[in-house]
Parts: sequence; structure tokens; C-alpha cells
Amino acid sequence: MRPETRAAYGFLSPWLIGFVGLTLGPVLATFVMSFSDYDVLSSTQWVGTENYSDALSDSHAHAALANTLFYTALYVPLSILTALGLALLLHSAGRLKGVFRTVIYLPVVTPPVATGVLFLQLLNGQSGLINSALGAVSLPTPNWTTDPMWIKPGIVIMSLWSVGSVTLILFAALAEVPAHLREAALVDGAGAWRRFYHITLPMISPAIFFSVVVNTIASLQLFSEVYTMYFGKTTTPPPEAALFYVVYLFQQAFEEFEMGYAAALSWLLFLIIMAVTAVQLAVSRRLVHYRGD
Amino acid sequence: MRIRSVKVLGCLAAISLLSAACGGVGDDNGSSGDAGDPGAMGGDVKGKMTTLGFTVEDQIAKARVAEVRKAYPDLDLKVTSGAFDEQQFLSAVASGKPPSAVYLPRSELGTYAAKGALLPLDDCIEAQDIDMSLFRESAVSQVTYDGQIYGIPEFNSVRLVLANSDALEEAGLSAEDIDVSDWDSLMTVSKQLYKAGGSDIERIGFDPKIPEFFPLWTAAAGGEVLSEDGQTAYLDSPEAIEALTYTLSLVEANGGWSDFKTFRDTWDFFGDNNQFVADQLGAFPMEDWYLDVLADVSPDAPVTALPFKDKEGNLLTYATGQAWAVPKGSNNPAAACAFATTMTSTDAWIAAAEASKADREKSGGAYLGTWTANSEADERIFAEIYEPSGIESLDNAVEVLQSLQDSAIVDPPSPAAAEVKKAWEDAVLRALEGDQTPEEALQQAQEEATEAIADAQ
Repeated sequence: MRPETRAAYGFLSPWLIGFVGLTLGPVLATFVMSFSDYDVLSSTQWVGTENYSDALSDSHAHAALANTLFYTALYVPLSILTALGLALLLHSAGRLKGVFRTVIYLPVVTPPVATGVLFLQLLNGQSGLINSALGAVSLPTPNWTTDPMWIKPGIVIMSLWSVGSVTLILFAALAEVPAHLREAALVDGAGAWRRFYHITLPMISPAIFFSVVVNTIASLQLFSEVYTMYFGKTTTPPPEAALFYVVYLFQQAFEEFEMGYAAALSWLLFLIIMAVTAVQLAVSRRLVHYRGD
Repeated sequence: MRIRSVKVLGCLAAISLLSAACGGVGDDNGSSGDAGDPGAMGGDVKGKMTTLGFTVEDQIAKARVAEVRKAYPDLDLKVTSGAFDEQQFLSAVASGKPPSAVYLPRSELGTYAAKGALLPLDDCIEAQDIDMSLFRESAVSQVTYDGQIYGIPEFNSVRLVLANSDALEEAGLSAEDIDVSDWDSLMTVSKQLYKAGGSDIERIGFDPKIPEFFPLWTAAAGGEVLSEDGQTAYLDSPEAIEALTYTLSLVEANGGWSDFKTFRDTWDFFGDNNQFVADQLGAFPMEDWYLDVLADVSPDAPVTALPFKDKEGNLLTYATGQAWAVPKGSNNPAAACAFATTMTSTDAWIAAAEASKADREKSGGAYLGTWTANSEADERIFAEIYEPSGIESLDNAVEVLQSLQDSAIVDPPSPAAAEVKKAWEDAVLRALEGDQTPEEALQQAQEEATEAIADAQ
């Protein structure tokens, strides 16, 4: 091995050690564990594919998955639209761009536990600020935190609080759209909507696609905020409408100590995410425009 | 934040396994007796000792730990602060290096005894000559699993009814009108106390506090959630269905679950504008510790305390508490046994009560007594140390608490205590949310609980 190669491996070793020890190793360990019955205290027993077949017939797992998919289907498009709107506003903000960029990003660095607690107050059906605002313009004021029908939309509202990351990605993409294309369209008589739809949108479509993929994966793994809002040490049990897949997985692992079953649930989620991402990649070939294509 | 489930689960599992390999919360260097040998509970009390689940933060804890240090000067005691953490405890036991003693809720003790994570304390009781008859019968029943005692109980928290005297007066009622044993009358009173403005609730009449007090209501109807040995669930019994149907109707009469819970979430429960001061509640059954909260933040709140009763008119309450236990593999069982004995002794409780009373007087708060689960200690505390505060509502509440101590039901020790509790909690919630009738919900809960108990055998 050449000295340069050895040096390269030396510099890479902190990451490699971390990857093998803290990512690859545990991932492989959960795969093995998913075929076993392990409750921390008793000895591990090999159960074959029983954990997987149990998961497929577990009504709580089904409910958790349905809640998670519903949330993802609602949150991902709304988050992209909200972030795109904010990015467009930011793009035309002039000299105050920096200030607004910071303000929009601040919620992203707010601890999720604090966000969960904050939104429990904001979303309260009787005293929350959100319903006060809705009521002021004569809109319906649902019980966001206690009515099973409104719990997931309430969680979506909470999640939209943190669209700052996507906003900045789209803002950066907007800045990269060549000005001469828009100017040429303007000269040709295209209105604002046509310039946006036919020039801006295709040019930023790779960034939108990236955001859709990343947000979808994150939505399918939603945990901390929901756990804080509904699953902490409260006297009232959490509503099933708030049971998300990773919350259920966590309960199985660290409350029920069904480690093998939880490992199987985590691998099933991994497969679901892989499948969803594969579909998104396939669809993207027709919708995403890469410069140089 | 979102977690990458596969990685995180793996990391946590790996950490758990690593902790199992590298050591838990215990200490290698304990010296007394063979590790985990129950027979060693009568050995010399010296060497290192660790605890898990207990925090020395108030005068009651400080005074009793001081008693232990005074009694056993050769003991190197390390109290690891923090609440009982099941994951931490089980990992430590699995690693073979658990704490010397563990402090845990009595309701969970049966599950760990069934898993073999705790040592029976018969030798400890014999070696330390502990008189178990001094402890409340209900508390002892909670720490007894399969005929053997696995814990030394401490603290006894009971439930009583707290009523808003201003609301009662406004409705032309008196405290005597809240008769928990007469469910029809209670419904009528609840409706009289209920207040709403437009679509918003302004005052809940009577809050039955379900799901958490469902076992108490079931007992009031003459039933029980679990058999005394914790091996059989009775969640679909006629009494349980009657209790859920009735308490559900109370919630419905107070605006229905969604509005009811939404309104309850707006209360400043621990603040000086709590639901009694703000006139947001007529009455509810509540844990006794809430009296200390009221004494601290709003001693003049318009509160009247009443005993809970069953449908026959007999006094009834639901008690919870803690216990000291010795884990399997304890590095110093003799010290753990002596520690638990001293911490729960009458003398230690007297010292603790004196220290607590002095502390409350210093801070200007009322001392409402200490309920220890040790009957002898309770008697002496209320005969020798406790003095009425002069605040009628609180003094009256202490009298009610005294009357309830020996009328308690408890969660029986069960190999699947957590699963059974989850089954009935979920059932009550399904009924509250209107997903199932009480019968359907409790039928499902019965099946879940029965399966969980069978799996835990």
C-alpha cells in the first residue's frame, strides 16, 4: 500500500470506526435479533420468522403504520408547498434576506421536546392560540389534541413549524436559476405564473425532489415530538390516533422489552422506506429536470 | 427530531448489550456475603452498597438515610439519584451487576419477582427481625408474590374526594350532597355543578378521573380488576362494565370526552390559579399528595375533603406506594437488607417526620403528616408530631386520610402488571373516544390481559 493510501485510511479511520461500530454493527445486530426472542433478562431464543409474521397480524402495528402513512401523505406535500412559498418570499426579500433566513431557520434548532410541549399549549381546543386565531375569522375550532379525527392534522401543523431546512434548500436552488432565462421569457410576453411554472419550477425540481425524498423518510420515522406530546408519563393513556410507527417500535423495545419483535418492526420499516423511495425515484425520472439532460 | 429507527434501535441494543458485558449500576467491590445469596442477608453490614430508583432530595429521604449512616458507620453507601428506570434495572440485572438494593413502585414488584429479578426477603426478615405485621396489610399484599415477600413497603398514597366548596354553595349544595356511594345522586349533583358557556366548558361537575381510577370505581361496584394473586383478570365482569358505563356517563354529562379532556388540559394544576381557585371543577377523586400541592400554592383554596365510598356506603380507597427490594445478583445483600430495614423502621420515620415538619415550618407551609405504610410509625407521627395547621380544609382532609388508610384496595402483584394495566387503560380510552361500547372495550381488554398473564408465566 502506498504511503498516500495509508494516510488516506488514517484520516478516514475515525469515520470508518464510527460507521462500523455505531451504524453497520448495530444494524446487523438488529437483523440477527429480529429472528430471536430477547427480553433483556432471559436468554435469547431463536424463533425464526415468527416476529415478522406476528408484525403482519398485529392490529396495533397496522394502526401505527396507517397513522404514519396518513401523516406522511399530508405533511410532505404541505411542507414542500409551505417551504416553496417561504423560499419565494425570501428570494424577493431584498436586504432583509439574512434576518428572515435566520428567523425561518430558528424553529429547526428548537429542541423537539420543547416543540412538543409548546404545541400542546398552542393546539389546545379551548385556550390555544391556533383556535383563537381560527375563531377570530369564524373558522371551525377543533379539539386538535383530544379529537381522534384532528390529532394527526394537529401534528402536521406542529411539524410545519420546522420547514426552515427545506426552505433554505429551495432558496439556494432559486438563487441558482439563471436570470437570463426568466428575462427571455419576460421579453417573449410570459406572465409571472408561466415564468414560474415553465422556468423556475423545472430548474429547481431536483431540489424539490431531494426535499420530498428526505421529508418522506423523516416523516415515516417521526418520533420525538409526538412522544413528548402524547406518550410521556401522563395519567391519561395516549390516543391510538397518535400512535406512530417508530413510537410503537420504541414501546415494544424499551417499555415491553420485546427486543426481537422491535428489531423485526424496524426492518419492516426499513423495507417500507426502501419501497417508497424506489417508487419516488421511478416517478422522478419523468418529473425532475436536471441541467445537462 | 426524527430517529433513524434501525440505527437507533441497534445502537441502543448494542449499548444495552455492552452495558451487560461491561457492568451495570452495581459495584464489583462489595464485600459482604456471596453475590445474590439470599442466605447472606444476615451477614455483617459493611463494604460498598449502591441503590437504584431513590433520590435523596427532601427532608424525609435525608433524615432516613442519615439514620442508616448512623446505624452502620462501616457501610460505604452510594445512593444513585433518579427515578426507577426499568430498562436500566433489567440491563443491570442481566449483566450480573445490579445495584445492591432497588427502590420501585409496589405495583411493579410482582412482575420482577415473577421474572426472577428479585430475591425473596424471608431470610432478611428473619435476620433483621422485621415485624411485617406493623406494615399495612394492603401494602404487604403488594410485595408478596407466590407466598414469598420480595419487598419492604414504604409510603402509602391513598385517594380521597376533593370538592369545590364555593361551587357547591353557588349551586345551593353542601359537601354532604356529594355522596359517592349513591351513583344516581352523584350524577344529579354533577349536572348541577357543571357549567358551560356556549360550546366551551367552564366548570366540570364531577370528574371521575378515568382511566386512572377505573380500578377504584370497579371496586366501588363490588368487583375487582385482578384476582388477589394477580393471575386472573376480571376486566369484563359485570361490575367492571357497570363502573365503566357509569363513569363514561359522568364524562358525557360533562361535555363528552374530547371537550372534557381539552378543558381539563387548560387547568393550572400545580399553580396558584388551580382548578379550585379558578372555579373550574366541582369535585373529583384525587391522590393525597395533591393536598401538599394545595398547601403550598393555595392553602386558602375552597376545598372540602370527603372519603370515597363503595356503593354499599363503606369507606374505600385505592393505595399505591414504593418498596425496597434486593435484586438477584446484589453485591451486598446483607447491607441491602439492613438498609431497607432501617429506612422503613418506625424510628427512621419519626426522625423523617420531625425533619419534614421543621422544614415546612421554616418555609411557612403546613405539615400534613407522612403516610409511611408502617402503621406504628403512622400512629406515632399523628400522635406526637403532626399538629393541625389551623386551615380548616387541610385539617379536615388529614382526618379523612386517617379514616381511609385501612380501607384500601391495591394493584395485586402480577407477573404482567404493566400489560394488564395497559389493557384496561386502553379499553377505557376506546370507550371514552366512542370507538367501542364499554362491553366491547372490556371484552377486548380481558382477552389482552389474559393472554399477557399467560405469556408471563
